[in-house]
Amino acid sequence: VSGLRTPPPTEGPEHVERVELAQGAGGRAMRALIESVFLADVTDPEALAMGDGAAIRLGDRWLVLTTDAHVVSPVFFPGGDIGRLAISGVVNDLAMMGACDVVALTSSVIVEEGFAIDSLRAIHASMQLACREAGTRVVTGDTKVMRKGEVDGVVLSTSGVGLTDRVVRDSGLEVGDALLVTGTLGDHGLAVLAARAALGLEGDLRSDVAPLNGLIRAALAAGGVSIHAMKDPTRGGVTSALSEMASKAGVAVLLDEAALPLSPAGRAAAELLGIDPLAVANEGKALLGVHPSAVDRVLAALRAHPLGHAAACIGRVVEGASGTVSLDTGFGTRRLFERDGDPLPRIC
Amino acid sequence: VTAPAKLEFRDVARGRALQARLDRAMARAGRTVTVMHVCGSHEQAIARYGLRARFPSNLRVQMGPGCPVCVTDAPEIDACVALAERGLHVLTYGDMLRVPGRERSLEDARAAGARVDVLYAATQAVEIARATPEPVVFFATGFETTAVATAAILLADPPPNLFVLSAHKWVPSAMEVVASVPDSKIEGYLAAGHAATITGYGVFEPFVARHRRPVVVAGFEPLDLLSGLVLLVEQVLEAKAEVVNAFPRCVTREGNRRALDALFRVFETSDGEWRGIARVPAGDLRLRPELAAHDATVRFAAELASTPAFTERASASECRCGRIMMGLERPTDCRLFGKQCRPEAPVGACMVSTEGVCRIWHEHGVDVAERLPEEGSP
Repeated sequence: VSGLRTPPPTEGPEHVERVELAQGAGGRAMRALIESVFLADVTDPEALAMGDGAAIRLGDRWLVLTTDAHVVSPVFFPGGDIGRLAISGVVNDLAMMGACDVVALTSSVIVEEGFAIDSLRAIHASMQLACREAGTRVVTGDTKVMRKGEVDGVVLSTSGVGLTDRVVRDSGLEVGDALLVTGTLGDHGLAVLAARAALGLEGDLRSDVAPLNGLIRAALAAGGVSIHAMKDPTRGGVTSALSEMASKAGVAVLLDEAALPLSPAGRAAAELLGIDPLAVANEGKALLGVHPSAVDRVLAALRAHPLGHAAACIGRVVEGASGTVSLDTGFGTRRLFERDGDPLPRIC
Repeated sequence: VTAPAKLEFRDVARGRALQARLDRAMARAGRTVTVMHVCGSHEQAIARYGLRARFPSNLRVQMGPGCPVCVTDAPEIDACVALAERGLHVLTYGDMLRVPGRERSLEDARAAGARVDVLYAATQAVEIARATPEPVVFFATGFETTAVATAAILLADPPPNLFVLSAHKWVPSAMEVVASVPDSKIEGYLAAGHAATITGYGVFEPFVARHRRPVVVAGFEPLDLLSGLVLLVEQVLEAKAEVVNAFPRCVTREGNRRALDALFRVFETSDGEWRGIARVPAGDLRLRPELAAHDATVRFAAELASTPAFTERASASECRCGRIMMGLERPTDCRLFGKQCRPEAPVGACMVSTEGVCRIWHEHGVDVAERLPEEGSP
């Protein structure tokens, strides 16, 4: 068939472009990879929006769908595991677009030969629990077993569909909006980093991984159309999520460092490891851009929910160079930049 | 893990009060005052807390030769590259890998097959040497703070196959050179609190007497830095020149006698080149003759002598690192800054190290600080 291109060799001379690890870390490098490969010949505006999911008109409502692949090391970490992550990931992507009624999910498991079946059972139980919390279910799935070394332990890929009357986009920030976050920042990334490095930190450093559709439903009920934009600050953290939101809306963002909610354990771990809690992943938090008139209502609704008791207003949307994120430390102001690649613990 | 309920040294209200005091002093001064700090960690803290954006416009705070990676001379790197390329197992600290020598970096040598491994602590060099009969070369870099760690392993019965290639530097000597530059505008110096923990603040007393410039020892929290700057600027404006210890919770006049004793049992100062700066009298720390058995420059003298001469790369000739570290220019004065010279493709050492001023300014957007939205704006 003339339209097909011959696949290039996977091994070969040095000048061949190759995928780099940093292109999977959720920042600029990843967006550039997606744009240059997967969106290079795409004209569909829904795909080009590069949102957390896609919305398709269905009668007088919107069908929202999303898909996500999950790898995490270690598979079981303080506060959660890959199963809880896989369910929460898709549920949250749907909720960020306003689709808090999650109709159903699918799940594919790719597992390495030799993986303990008891671990699979534990992952499954964790998925079931997260589904109950989100009021949804997994209705179909697929299982593949790979030879030893062909995959690292287990990979989960989940998809989900939800319904909503109004779609919220991550591009909807407006100058003057208050920026709310639904709770403490950086807990997931710091807990996983600490577990991975076997740092032996004692105390309550736990991932925040949780399905947020109930919390977001409460916020939307209180704020309605005053909620202009939402996004979950996963890989790349708050800095990356806000850079993307501000850039899509052509606005700038100014954060107030004193207002950032941090758990005592998260604050201590970030200090010790020399890691910026704004640059690491959250898996149970949302950022909301809210019209000033609705801030009190939305904050009250968030704080009344068990997953939102530490919700806070952390900054506001301002005029300025598109995509700029700045932090007022109280002593002065500095720019925050998206980092390519995962943050590494300070070595000295 | 427990965190203090309140981080006292980051108290914003006190910080604002110190900033206001600095503003008042500089308004009274009615002229430009230039001071210098000598530590990458000071610059990181200034950037981290956004202090630079609120410095009075007539106060210039320059970073001097305070980044050990940046002042390691190209021939020192060339010597290490040469040993690595001759098949010796080389160990060093992470930031050194990417610093360009005159032709190649240690990372280039590693990519071409040389054995170069990164250490997190000097003690790892001992563990690695003990696990093998082969010679192991520890490329030891850093100021007096890390030199003490190198001294400690050499005083603790090191394995005979461990050889140290010392590029350690002694900061007080470099301050002498900076203060002696004829067109220097530096009127006062902020000294690094952690280095002074070792040396004691007394080490700066002869400097102050000679150059009639004040020195204030400061720590690394925002209030440490701001109070250090206030004490420094007020001295400058009152034409005083004293050593003031603004970090008394860690620093004494005598310093850490045990650490200093270990340092000078292992090392002696010698004249040495600091990259981009000058020949610094007594600026290098080389191994004493008593430790010749562990001195890589003695053990591998023949190999080092037969090293081919490297030639400087063309792009490096425009690099302003030297003038920046001397306090004569700022990173934004360099034509390469943020353009040909970026963290992923550094031309000068100041863009390589996380302690380098160009890298810090680039990563925190200091060059765009004036355009940041201030509080009270829409």
